[in-house]
Amino acid sequence: MATSDDTLPVRTGFLAWLNKRLPVDAFIRDQLTGYFAPKNFNFWYFFGVLSLVALVIQLVTGIFLTMHYKVGDTTAFDSVQYIMREVPYGWLLRYMHSTGASAFFIVVYLHMFRAFLYGSYKAPRELLWLFGMMVYLALMAEAFMGYVLPWGNMSFWGAQVIVNLFGTIPVIGPGLVEWIRGDYGIADATLNRFFSLHVVAVPLVLLLLVALHLVALRQNGSNNPDGIEIKEKKGPDGRPLDGIPFHPYYTLKDLVGVGVFLVGFAIVVFFVPTFGGLFLEAPNYEPANPLSTPDEITPVWYFTPYYAILRAVPDQRMGALLMALSIVCFIVLPWLDRSPVKSSRYRPLTWKLALAIFVVSFIGLGYLGLQKPEGVYVVLARLFTVLYFAFFVLMPFYTRGESTSRVPGRVTFSSH
Amino acid sequence: MQVRPMRACLTGMGLLLAACALAGAAAAAEPAAEGGEGAVVNWQAWKAGNDVAYIPSLQRGAANFVNYCSGCHSLKYVRWSRLGTDLQIPDKVLREQLLPADAKATDYIVASFPKADAENWFGKQPPDLSLEASLRGVDWIYRFLKGFYVDPTRPTGTNNLALEGAAMPAVLSSLEGVKAAVFADSAAGTTGKVVKHFETVSPGRLTPAEYDTFVRDTVNFLDYVSDQSQVERRSIGLWVVLFLLVFTAFAWLLKKEYWKDVH
Repeated sequence: MATSDDTLPVRTGFLAWLNKRLPVDAFIRDQLTGYFAPKNFNFWYFFGVLSLVALVIQLVTGIFLTMHYKVGDTTAFDSVQYIMREVPYGWLLRYMHSTGASAFFIVVYLHMFRAFLYGSYKAPRELLWLFGMMVYLALMAEAFMGYVLPWGNMSFWGAQVIVNLFGTIPVIGPGLVEWIRGDYGIADATLNRFFSLHVVAVPLVLLLLVALHLVALRQNGSNNPDGIEIKEKKGPDGRPLDGIPFHPYYTLKDLVGVGVFLVGFAIVVFFVPTFGGLFLEAPNYEPANPLSTPDEITPVWYFTPYYAILRAVPDQRMGALLMALSIVCFIVLPWLDRSPVKSSRYRPLTWKLALAIFVVSFIGLGYLGLQKPEGVYVVLARLFTVLYFAFFVLMPFYTRGESTSRVPGRVTFSSH
Repeated sequence: MQVRPMRACLTGMGLLLAACALAGAAAAAEPAAEGGEGAVVNWQAWKAGNDVAYIPSLQRGAANFVNYCSGCHSLKYVRWSRLGTDLQIPDKVLREQLLPADAKATDYIVASFPKADAENWFGKQPPDLSLEASLRGVDWIYRFLKGFYVDPTRPTGTNNLALEGAAMPAVLSSLEGVKAAVFADSAAGTTGKVVKHFETVSPGRLTPAEYDTFVRDTVNFLDYVSDQSQVERRSIGLWVVLFLLVFTAFAWLLKKEYWKDVH
């Protein structure tokens, strides 16, 4: 572990000059070689770095797409086809960006599930969780507005439905909707402001929040599958006994994870970019047409759990309220879970069952949000909605005084 | 670019696949043509079974499009010159046989049909077909082009199984012939019609098998047109995935080596 030395390397020449002015070596020591992470990370711990990879993919491809995309209700759709057909490797940029959006949500959902699984949102990491949730909200705004930009017919009608949800807010609703759209309907003005928000405002917010998320992470260090604070057990050298330097151990392990992710990503981008209409929907191959509503207006798959909740309620205002609450639930999670134990490994069957029911409900709602709301689907959507909220609302009760099993003092790890 | 050998390989494979698909389609079409008692034509299950990597089919499809479709339908995102490059059509052939007299090779493929006439005659403008295969799917286009039947109640004299009340007349009837559809009674006059069998009213210039190939080539061409980089995309993709697999394997070996120290 020579690389994890606390002392800084002795530099001469340019590197000495540089380090006197910029703390490069100190940064590397504090954040990489001298930063200790639990050695028992498992599969679920890849999705943080993968979210960063997805973010970078979106930023880079987005920059190049912006060079060729022409915002405007008469030019947007055509310019996307121009990118697909005439910009060298424009198809690659666009498919990477559209696949990247879905990939981003896949890894973020798995990243969030990891937090549920091992109690990563619990003290002292509540702010880390809050920043993460704010990233998630910003990401949803970013994805929604990006989805409108190609100005396909589903872009248009999706925007119509989502923006109208703000109209259900009492008193200010109708005025607010008009303010958001900048017109009496979804129109050129809406498209222009969504473009501005999508390429400038929200990415800035996202980057800031991601930075805060990382700073908060480094403050207490990562949680781990055993939910133990490794800093509580230190060796004579002051280093956590169960910690290993982030670099080279986790940089290399993450590299493998990134490689596997990119293989999957490339398979989608190059062989099934529309992913059977799930990542790029057929109605969006037709330009926005205010006179022709698609057979069924559905959002992209990553919003469908919430959309199913919205539709499960007969009253639109109540539906919109429940939909908003379903996201708020995540934010207050650290204060709903009363169990003293973090990791599901040492929590009782009641917790595991509750978590399983929640996961089934979330995925079930996601599926139902893509289907026509008729027959048994309506009943199922209502059932899953009730279960979804029950998981959160009843949590203080079924987690208080949980009969947990004994949490070991040291992490579970077997070297390979 | 190093994709040529791969493309040739794909073309070869495409040839085989196309042959298989044709044989399969012919086999599938037979029972429908006979249509005994109680049997129905399962037209909803007709599949295009086309192969966008098979250049000869695309070339025939391009010729079909120019001869039979381009009078009314545009491909406004596609340039003639790109067609020539992608489908390996020599410049001379492109210029003499495909290009309209007043067009340059770099022009987009735009129908000369006046908008006002279209709206007068059909009630709407014929749609641009650049993205039709992505919007509706190749199977739908295949069913549409094979789904015309006589319907005296329609202004055009024909109707379509895939698109009830289609504004488009059966412009390919000189090739396919004119056919009547015999419906199962219960479902007559409703959408999602159950067809017992077809009856030939007057034969066309092509045999059913020839017409099937004609439609398949045309659908194939529209599939290519909807996403012009798809063949190149797949051939590059193969190398990208291979590279990433090798990269990941080495990354894993390196990780394993380092992690030996962790106990």
